[in-house]
Amino acid sequence: MLQALATTLVVASLYALLGAGYVLVYRSSRVLNLAQGDLLTLGGYFVFALAATFPGLPAVSLPLAVLASALTGVLVYVVLMRPMAGHPIFAAVLVTITLGILLRAVIVFVFTDRTRHPLGNLGLTNPPRALPGGAVVSTFDLVMVATAVVLFVGLFVFLKLSPLGIQMRAAGERALLASQRGINFHGVFALSWALAACAGGLAGMIYASNVRLEPSLDVLGLRAFAVALVGGLDSLAGVIPAAIIVAAVEVMSVRYGNPLLSDVSPFLCLLLMLLVRPWGLFGTREELERV
Amino acid sequence: MSENEEGHGFAGALRTIGGHGEPFRGPPCQLVALGGGYFKTSYEADLALVDTRLRRTAVVALVLLLVVLPRFASSFLLDLVSQVALAALGALALNVLTGVAGQISLGHAGFLAAGAFTTAALVERGVTSPLVTLPATAVVGAVLGLLVGIPSLRLRGLYLALGTLAMHHVVLYVAGEMQARAGGNTGFTIPPARVAGVVLRGTVGWYYALLLAAGVTLALVVNLQRSRAGRAWMAIRDRDVAAASVGIHVARYKLSAFVWSSAVTALAGTLFAYQRGFVSVEAFGFFVAVEYIAMIIIGGLGSALGAVLGAALVTLLPYGIDAAVAAVSPGAADYYIFPAKFGAFGLLMAVFLIFEPLGLVGIWRRVRNWFFLWPFRHRPLRAA
Repeated sequence: MLQALATTLVVASLYALLGAGYVLVYRSSRVLNLAQGDLLTLGGYFVFALAATFPGLPAVSLPLAVLASALTGVLVYVVLMRPMAGHPIFAAVLVTITLGILLRAVIVFVFTDRTRHPLGNLGLTNPPRALPGGAVVSTFDLVMVATAVVLFVGLFVFLKLSPLGIQMRAAGERALLASQRGINFHGVFALSWALAACAGGLAGMIYASNVRLEPSLDVLGLRAFAVALVGGLDSLAGVIPAAIIVAAVEVMSVRYGNPLLSDVSPFLCLLLMLLVRPWGLFGTREELERV
Repeated sequence: MSENEEGHGFAGALRTIGGHGEPFRGPPCQLVALGGGYFKTSYEADLALVDTRLRRTAVVALVLLLVVLPRFASSFLLDLVSQVALAALGALALNVLTGVAGQISLGHAGFLAAGAFTTAALVERGVTSPLVTLPATAVVGAVLGLLVGIPSLRLRGLYLALGTLAMHHVVLYVAGEMQARAGGNTGFTIPPARVAGVVLRGTVGWYYALLLAAGVTLALVVNLQRSRAGRAWMAIRDRDVAAASVGIHVARYKLSAFVWSSAVTALAGTLFAYQRGFVSVEAFGFFVAVEYIAMIIIGGLGSALGAVLGAALVTLLPYGIDAAVAAVSPGAADYYIFPAKFGAFGLLMAVFLIFEPLGLVGIWRRVRNWFFLWPFRHRPLRAA
């Protein structure tokens, strides 16, 4: 039972990191970034490539990988998403799908589709840890939970207190009004893409070190949007309970069902939420009218 | 968006020629002819699907070409045309839902899977005749479309797309369970289609069958768009509140679009199953749904011709890449070819989304108008 709880928390942290990416981009531009899963894979491959370049120096390769993820986010906004301003939102969403396809093509082209394990080159190990109560998790499981906690606390402080965070919220609410007040909303949007890519990339780095790295990891991203929607697409706070719920359902369906069922369980949560409360647990109801 | 939008008003033609704001007041007849456009003088002409002699000739020539093609084309070429026809079938159905009725669906691969796996389930129970399986899959597709369509009564845009995507995964889950339960993990074998002693098999047989199916669907879609239902769908697409206020039963027509589209797509899935002789969950991933969306976007949303053109382009692209790679570097490794195909597809879709939202049909119309209107550049404004 405690093991199930621990596993739920770990899976929830992964989903929360990805879900934060969805919500950040959605709040700024009303675009659902369906390439979030590929940004996760890309983060993993950044770590893999950098660890191969600087073997045994995780203090160099990990920050560089985070930086590379952030730059990718900015690049995506400038090259792909900015030209979509004024187009229908759904066209922009489709562009994010093509972004995912392109990222995946590049990844397979550069790294081939073999399964990789960057951990060895990083010079780190991943020993199992026994938690009080008898549950066992791996070290990087704990890192995942810690990262999610740190990222969310950081995001809340940033969005509530820092001037840039307030500008970001303002631009997300009314881009036109914000720009009239002198907010550089293209800069703010680019920043939100950078943050989203960072959150996804971090999840990818930890997942790659913890489990494995392969181009098909993007399905994780597809499953995590269920989290974003259950919590409410425009609610960052909603991501946390939603991630826990979806992860709990998934862990439960592995225990009492089968792996196939657990693959589909996030989508069942999503469908249920769409039928009962489409704007999500903590989302605003008006969002339904805005898209 | 019918193909026959050339009939712009008399006054509009005059205004353009006279320049902005100053109507030209001279003898009108010649000038109207110059401005392009033709006018219909009878209801028969207005109802005709193919209206000018050039178009009639072109259609007849195309049909004749397709009929005699197996006489001199290689079986590889015939197989390509069959694949395009099958893809066009699905794209036409999706286009009615997304392009005409404006209901976004990311779950199209799920409908295809539903058709294929219904056939597989019937075959498992010993029913192999297409006379039974085709109607059965149509019914299953229609019911599934109804189920998927119900959220569309509350949801719009993005939320609806997510709902259809979730439904896609649920359908694939059911299919996967079915496949796992049947023992053999790889999939189901489907025997050749046999109707009244005639067995449909071979490249040429399937070429005619799929082409016929696609042709019938094309005619059906073109006519549906001109019918009461088609006009209601377009009104809902453009603004559902306005559609409701002119007396269109929005819920009924939204659902009918879903039912119609998913039934046709499920039929396409059945044909796919019979043609391949094999059904497996792996053939219906999310990427397939994206491919169908790409077809109607690259072709041009809301246009039947666009759906066919887009289906052709998206289906033929991988073969084009294969040929290009073989020409440039014959020894290229397999794992370079996959990302090349994948990337080219993504690039093509991105380019159309960003630079040419009207799709291939938009390009075609522009080129045609350029010839129609020459030496003028713009079509006359209807209300200046």
